[in-house]
Amino acid sequence: MSSTNNAGGRPPVLEVVRASLPRRYRAEARFKAYGIIALVLAISFLGLLLTTIIGNGYTAFQQTYMKLEFNLDAETVDPQGDASEASLRAGNYLAVVRNALYGLFPEVTSRSDRRALNSLVSTGAMFELQNMVLDDPSLVGQTIELWVPADDDADMYRKGRITTEVPESERRLSDKQLGWLDALADQGRLELKFNTALFTNGDSRDPELAGILGAVKGSFFMLLVTLGLSFPIGIAAAVYLEEFAPKNRWTDLIEVNINNLAAVPSIVFGLLGLAVFLNFFGMPRSAPLVGGLVLTLMTLPTIIIASRAALKAVPPSIREAALGMGASKMQTTFHHVVPLAMPGMLTGTIIGMAQALGETAPLLMIGMVAFIVDVPQGFTDPSTALPVQIFLWADSPERAFVERTSAAIMVLLGFLLAMNLLAVFLRRKFERRW
Amino acid sequence: MPAEANRAVSERPRPEGTTEAVPGKTIGDYTHPDAVMSCRNVDVYYGDKQAVMDVSLDIGRNEVISMIGPSGCGKSTFLRCLNRMNDTIDIARVTGDITLDGENIYDKRLDVVQLRARVGMVFQKPNPFPKSIFENVAYGPRIHGMARDKTDLEEIVHESLERAGLLKEVKDRMDQPGTGLSGGQQQRLCIARAIAVNPEVVLMDEPCSALDPIATARIEDLIDELKQKYTIAIVTHSMQQAARVSQRTAYFHLGILVEVGTTDHIFTNPTHKLTEDYITGRFG
Repeated sequence: MSSTNNAGGRPPVLEVVRASLPRRYRAEARFKAYGIIALVLAISFLGLLLTTIIGNGYTAFQQTYMKLEFNLDAETVDPQGDASEASLRAGNYLAVVRNALYGLFPEVTSRSDRRALNSLVSTGAMFELQNMVLDDPSLVGQTIELWVPADDDADMYRKGRITTEVPESERRLSDKQLGWLDALADQGRLELKFNTALFTNGDSRDPELAGILGAVKGSFFMLLVTLGLSFPIGIAAAVYLEEFAPKNRWTDLIEVNINNLAAVPSIVFGLLGLAVFLNFFGMPRSAPLVGGLVLTLMTLPTIIIASRAALKAVPPSIREAALGMGASKMQTTFHHVVPLAMPGMLTGTIIGMAQALGETAPLLMIGMVAFIVDVPQGFTDPSTALPVQIFLWADSPERAFVERTSAAIMVLLGFLLAMNLLAVFLRRKFERRW
Repeated sequence: MPAEANRAVSERPRPEGTTEAVPGKTIGDYTHPDAVMSCRNVDVYYGDKQAVMDVSLDIGRNEVISMIGPSGCGKSTFLRCLNRMNDTIDIARVTGDITLDGENIYDKRLDVVQLRARVGMVFQKPNPFPKSIFENVAYGPRIHGMARDKTDLEEIVHESLERAGLLKEVKDRMDQPGTGLSGGQQQRLCIARAIAVNPEVVLMDEPCSALDPIATARIEDLIDELKQKYTIAIVTHSMQQAARVSQRTAYFHLGILVEVGTTDHIFTNPTHKLTEDYITGRFG
């Protein structure tokens, strides 16, 4: 056989093939190695990112609390003596908190030392006491034992982020303050407990009182607006362009523009929102409504492109079958094509939503970067968003905000992960074979 | 356009032995005394390219007419003109007259939805909807509002499946997906779906090309039964199939209807050299 292939003095085919085999296998092995290296690199970067974030942030889910006995004597708490709300509101709770500390350390008498001692407990303690008394006026005159949050510096010391190795002059806490904290710890008055404030409070200047609830709710309202607008508009645009629009220069132009829009830097959308929604239409500043509108502009191209791809992937035989049955274009589209494209459309929408959830830059332009303590209750209340909250905390000088920044990042990543899982789940559930 | 120049239709037979196909000069009688559809001087263009040239052909009531010819000869394109499926292709343009019971189907006043309800179609690849068997067949009656109520609809579905010879195989699993059937069953499901709206004409575009010989034989038997009630125009690659199922045969070559006649005549005594070469297997 090989002799017949040997015309013209060329080596036999079999030998040529055999000679080239090792080279081919080497090339294949090399390519596989490149792939594995790339994969290992990608995974290790991701691992590094997650370890840093979790390593920095896991402590933020705990907070140091201080057990103190508060003497709610009527004179201080109820100055008018009539137990009315106005009177209880006017009570000097700061004095109650201070007296509780002075009671534990009677030896501290000088003004500066007393101020240093007072700074160990959070300013939130007096508001907590006030709220308790307002809820239950019968507490007036009693002495109650309560766990109140410690100041962020005390919290940092308890978590080992402030150590005595650093010279006193460069430390946030003096040797005296550390001594008091050690004494409190020895008496079992300092404990790490779950940091509920992180999930139930809005933003605060005091790290121990700062929480992400305001940002989470702001993000939630914003995404609701974005979803409510971008899903129907995006799907309608995609279905029209893919199924109904004539293919001419105008639709080509629109397609190019949609693709370009998807690549426009998000800050530009922020500027557009500032100019159009705030300045021209006079919508409220810092509101989730405006944030949602801006993010709608930003996610629309993503949803349209993904939905068009999903519609394109529906086999033409399905359209022919329906049209051949005498279904109108509209019936063909909505009875057969759109249901088949729905998993892809939903996936595109959720990916767009996840993108919107993580977006920061456009929100800066419409005032959602403001420091807002109150938890928003609706679409027009001033609020911030999760990624912006992360930005704000990362910008704060307090040591305790470092771990809270990481904790907020973990919460954001958790939401993103949940949304992506939902996308996978929906795709699995609605996917149909043909 | 050469087709324009040859608008005059001649019935004079070509001299024997010619190898040339001339647009509009069809050999044989393209008319039918009891025509459901009749096409006159049909041209189809895809952009600048002309795919069908000056074809005139009648489709008779309750007959099976097969269209044969080598690949790219325009037989499928011509078939798709009969229920205006070419409308879905943006660049396609159809000229000439095609009538259904005397009505011009390309008339602006005639709704294409109504036309397709009267002229059904079965495609080359079985294309059931990714829905249940019942829903597949019920779809046509449902969108056209043909069933009075649920029992009526069920009756139509059962009758259509029965006529398509599929009822026995699927009556216990009507709620199973139609895509789960075998290829031959899927194609019979598509036929059941097409006849559920009771069309006058059923167009079949190579309905057996994706099927094995046994499934093909079942479809051919089915076509034979269906012609009692419907008119069937079938495009096929298989000359044996054309010979088995059809009463009349039309031979297309490069967009031109070369020869038409009774199937017996075409297969035993073709007039045109091209027809003879094709049916004797010299090319195609």
